[in-house]
Amino acid sequence: MEVLYCEHILDHYRYPRNEGVLEDADISHQRDNPLCGDMIRLDIRLKDGVVEEARFSGRGCVLSIAAASMLTEEIVGRSVAELEAYQDEDIFRLLGITLGPVRARCALLPLQVLKEGLSQLAR
Amino acid sequence: MDTGFDPLTIRADFPVLAREVNGRPLVYLDNAASSQKPQVVLEAVAAFYRHHYAAVRRGVYTLSEEATAAYEEARDKVAAFINAPDRRSIVFTRNTTEAINLVAHTWGRANVGPGDRILVTEMEHHSNLLPWMLLCQEVGAELVYLPITDGGRLELPQLERLLDGPVRLVAVTHVSNVLGTVNPVQAIVAQAHAAGALVLVDAAQSVPHMPVDVGVLGCDFMAFSGHKMCGPTGCGVLYGRVELLEHMPPFLVGGGMIERVGFTGVSWASLPEKFEAGTPAIAEAVGLGAAVDYLERVGMEAIHAHEKALTAYAMESLAALPGVRLIGPPAEERSGVIAFTVASIHPHDLAYALDRQGIAIRAGLHCAQPLHERLGLAATARVSFYLYNTREEVERLVSAVWNAQRWLAG
Repeated sequence: MEVLYCEHILDHYRYPRNEGVLEDADISHQRDNPLCGDMIRLDIRLKDGVVEEARFSGRGCVLSIAAASMLTEEIVGRSVAELEAYQDEDIFRLLGITLGPVRARCALLPLQVLKEGLSQLAR
Repeated sequence: MDTGFDPLTIRADFPVLAREVNGRPLVYLDNAASSQKPQVVLEAVAAFYRHHYAAVRRGVYTLSEEATAAYEEARDKVAAFINAPDRRSIVFTRNTTEAINLVAHTWGRANVGPGDRILVTEMEHHSNLLPWMLLCQEVGAELVYLPITDGGRLELPQLERLLDGPVRLVAVTHVSNVLGTVNPVQAIVAQAHAAGALVLVDAAQSVPHMPVDVGVLGCDFMAFSGHKMCGPTGCGVLYGRVELLEHMPPFLVGGGMIERVGFTGVSWASLPEKFEAGTPAIAEAVGLGAAVDYLERVGMEAIHAHEKALTAYAMESLAALPGVRLIGPPAEERSGVIAFTVASIHPHDLAYALDRQGIAIRAGLHCAQPLHERLGLAATARVSFYLYNTREEVERLVSAVWNAQRWLAG
């Protein structure tokens, strides 16, 4: 059988980690992917400037769901300053693949949501 | 079929169809977005650049005269192709989108005012929706929608009621780029005209695929793109009735579209130059002329029949797969476009899985977000056929969707 995605990507898609919402989130933000109508929402609760808990919800393709699932695992215990330093490459590193410009937009949607959420926190 | 139509002969005319993608022969099924180009079009563009290229209309030297003649010959070919009675009714634009924007900006701003209405349908592509939405917002007019049924047809019984009022224009697609639905434009035009409204037809998905006659349709404006009908990118067409075009203010202003410019005033060039400011896409127009020649040689009736047969075959085969849901009307009411969903597989993942098998399809909203909202769809996968697609390719599509289901099922 041909391998479409690495097994760990499919695993995060089929069994997403940290799926849901947080009622007492400090950062709560969502965004659509205009290409396909997908939506990812992130809820993050902070304690002393560090991520205590993170949840995601929404709908999307394998890449956007897997990236969101991985990101919510990745950021727990990180400071806001560390979150702000996240780059596109960090998502590609988590996924373990490189992507063309169109599909990259799917994979980067959760990071975009995180960045926009952080900028609202700053305000 | 007894038309002498042979897709395998036709395939040999398109160089790109010989290539492989991801180790498999390319199956190109995104023709509603853009078509591939036959060798004769590639050669016509190259030969024009090699031998005849210069700026058009203004030069008094041989090259410019030749370039102008070639450019205007392309206009004649396009006019004949859609049976336009007057070559001045053909304006070259960049594409369908620009053609519709041209009408909204010029005719719209001169003729639509506060309280007036523009009637569109729920199945429009964004390019036949947003120009009207913006126009209505700017001038204080009202945008009104002709609804569609759950089965993807226009709610024609509601047309009469919606036309009862200050409707200035009906903007309707001839063929839906998502549903494939072929709309009864001729009847809509008759009803709209009886109510005193003009009609603009988005023919981006019809002119490349079936015989279209503006005289028979009776529409006032029609827009289509060269790149969807075997022509180069960058050259599309606006057809407009000459009486209307003559009274419309220009769209873009600048070089090539004036009769006389003084320090305080200007008089515009005659049609169609008035609407073709700046140096146009000359070689692309020449290429479009070659594409029209090519399509006419194959025969639009034969192309249409071929695509309808493929569509019926593909719909029947796809529907037989578990979890596949076809969107839109039955095959006999549509052109060669099929949007569908596959249970528990996101359209992007499906498109990716098909690409791994050499098959190019579209996934997403297809620039028709309100339509997807109306039908309660997040996104869809779409296949769309053209003259060079084959039954064998449909079979490869179906087995590739089956593979994707096995690879991605949870």
